[in-house]
Amino acid sequence: MPERRTILPLRTGLLFLAPAAIFVVAFIVLPFFWVAVVSFTNRSLTGPGALHPHFVGLTNYLQLFAPRTFLQPGQFGSSLLITGQFVLFSALIGQAVLGLVLAWLFYRRESWVKQTVQTLAIVAWIIPDVVVAFAWSAFLDYGQGTLNHILTGLGLPRVDWLLGVPMLSIILFNTWRGTAFSMLLFSSALGSIPPSHLETADVTGANAWQKLRDIILPLIRTHIVTDLILITLWTFNTFTPFLITGGGPAFRTEVVSILTYRIAFKYFNFGSGSAIGMIMMLINLAFALVYLSLLRRREATR
Amino acid sequence: MSVHPKKLLLALGALVAFAIPAFAQTALTITCRCVAGGVNDAEVQWLQNYVIPNFEKAMADKGTPVKVTLNQFGGSDEALKQQYALDLSVKKGYDVMAFDGFWIPEFASGGLLKPLETVAGSAVTNWDGWSHISQGIQDIMAYDGQRYGIANGTDVRMIFYRKDIFQEAGVPNADSWQPTSWQDIVNTAEMIKKALPNSYPLQIDAGTNMGEATTLQGYYMLILGTGEQPFMNGKWVIRSQGILDTLNFYKKIYVDTKLGDQRVQLVKDGRNQSFANFRDGITSMLVESDWFYRSVTKPGSEFAVKNRDQVMGWAKMPAEKPGMGIRGQDFVTASGGTGWVLNPNTAHPAEAWDLLAFMNSKAARDDFETYQPTISARDDVPVPNNPFLTTTAKILLPLTVSRPNNDAYAKVSEQIQLMTENVVSGQMSPQQAMDAYAAAVTQIVGVQNTVDLLKSASN
Repeated sequence: MPERRTILPLRTGLLFLAPAAIFVVAFIVLPFFWVAVVSFTNRSLTGPGALHPHFVGLTNYLQLFAPRTFLQPGQFGSSLLITGQFVLFSALIGQAVLGLVLAWLFYRRESWVKQTVQTLAIVAWIIPDVVVAFAWSAFLDYGQGTLNHILTGLGLPRVDWLLGVPMLSIILFNTWRGTAFSMLLFSSALGSIPPSHLETADVTGANAWQKLRDIILPLIRTHIVTDLILITLWTFNTFTPFLITGGGPAFRTEVVSILTYRIAFKYFNFGSGSAIGMIMMLINLAFALVYLSLLRRREATR
Repeated sequence: MSVHPKKLLLALGALVAFAIPAFAQTALTITCRCVAGGVNDAEVQWLQNYVIPNFEKAMADKGTPVKVTLNQFGGSDEALKQQYALDLSVKKGYDVMAFDGFWIPEFASGGLLKPLETVAGSAVTNWDGWSHISQGIQDIMAYDGQRYGIANGTDVRMIFYRKDIFQEAGVPNADSWQPTSWQDIVNTAEMIKKALPNSYPLQIDAGTNMGEATTLQGYYMLILGTGEQPFMNGKWVIRSQGILDTLNFYKKIYVDTKLGDQRVQLVKDGRNQSFANFRDGITSMLVESDWFYRSVTKPGSEFAVKNRDQVMGWAKMPAEKPGMGIRGQDFVTASGGTGWVLNPNTAHPAEAWDLLAFMNSKAARDDFETYQPTISARDDVPVPNNPFLTTTAKILLPLTVSRPNNDAYAKVSEQIQLMTENVVSGQMSPQQAMDAYAAAVTQIVGVQNTVDLLKSASN
């Protein structure tokens, strides 16, 4: 084994690390353990649990997973299912597929259409959540909404977007909102493919589908994995649908982050809220581990 | 040039010493869910035109000048409560806060509020105003035998209805309509729906978005009519025929017959939409508190009803069937009350109490009545010549019921809202919704504090 050579002596190195380490401990590690501890208590913001919280063991967790209520509306299991649908349809199918299609459509083409579409997608991505949510509420409103005005103008019936098909509404919203990231990532991935590959394919008479399947997808596979993992994590934790539907009607759009907020900050039940937070943290950790191991495998195959 | 640190400190010290007299005026803050020209406009007008200038003058005359700043909060009651809980938990917040009485048990038992005497001492005990406020009304802002604030007054609930729409639909006795059973209400609603198919004649609050309005204006007004209350003989009722009857009534209105607008119960700003529907005549019967008359539909406000005195009437809420109501009553109503509390973390407890006492002096309450006639907490502040309030107070106060002064109430109330939402959205049957409620309430209060009336009836 080669001798480890360092620029700085170990002690000096640690000294330089200290400020960052202190911040990480103070703002990430300690709160993490605090949340873990709270999740085993009946701590609350108001009521007796605020003055004298006590240890309740696994009660909070058992209540979350109580088989009788698990899948009822407004309960943890139902919320997890909603989150799963939301991630699958808005992130994996919506954002990633649409992003890939847009990137592929405009690949090696320059036109004002490309400029316009890309600019609009990026604008949708960068404007602040609250502004966007307000715009979408106005867009989807049943009586006064822009979308229903357009539909009635075309002679079509009005749709009760936020009450009738609330899941579809937030899925459309999140797809619209986040496609830019996938599009940009795939555009740059496509840009890294040597043109000679595609030119050779053209000479041999390959059609567009064959080129996509045999050349492009294999070459940008790692980018796709990165994209999928990142948008899964983001979508899993996003809170923005709250600004449009509030989690309703009747909890039908209550993704896990909204459930956590309702339990912890509307009902002030910190113990139970922390328990949900812990489980979300574990799920995120699982996603992150998958991501890291895939990255490592990529390094190894290079 | 170098400055000796000690010299710098001395200079700073001198500066601070000179600056103190300039800031000697004590700064007090006060907040309420009130916006000039918006919700509870009367409170803003009263505070800004009467309370603040007169209080500041009185304090200046005493040689202890204060500066009072009003913060107008425009969000919902639930958002304000959330704000208070978070502020108080980090020992911050406004010195004097408008407070709904039913929040007190939860905040007091959580240590977020302290008894008035603990905050401001003997000045509270010796206040001459207490002798003019009945024990019952003092209890609105009390918990466990301790006073946490001073109530403004109380309120009563009833059915408001639109005489003009009733006439249009051919309802008999439109001018003096008085249903005597739930079925009467349904019959009238059906008559109106037939005449005006696009209307939603009946509004009884349901769902979580309406918050406490669902519990008190909606659920309580129904369950009291079945002879029950959520909290009876020291136990929380988790299953009963009364709950089932109430939920079936909700189901009938919002799911089976569409006599009420299901959307309004489920959308985020449904309560305001229900007010707008009443204003526009889409809804012609609405169960609300007298606040709806005093503030919401007041001429000039957003939901003002045109020619209100001609077209808007009120009726007592009937029991499910005559004599079936709580205490065997034919008609039922429920009361709450709001007031003001002191922040236990205030830097100026004495002055903050002075402000609170000033706001509840006879002169100040008399002045408030000029902005908004109300059933005042003080017995020496007469309700001004206002036939609506004097009549409703006289008829309904003897029938009324208050919510339990119990630290679990607020959490149970949330479950009540959830239970009604499960029914009116059509996603659960009344039986399923009651079972879910039973499980949740048992979890909150513990099985020893619950009672299943269906089970004990069959035993």
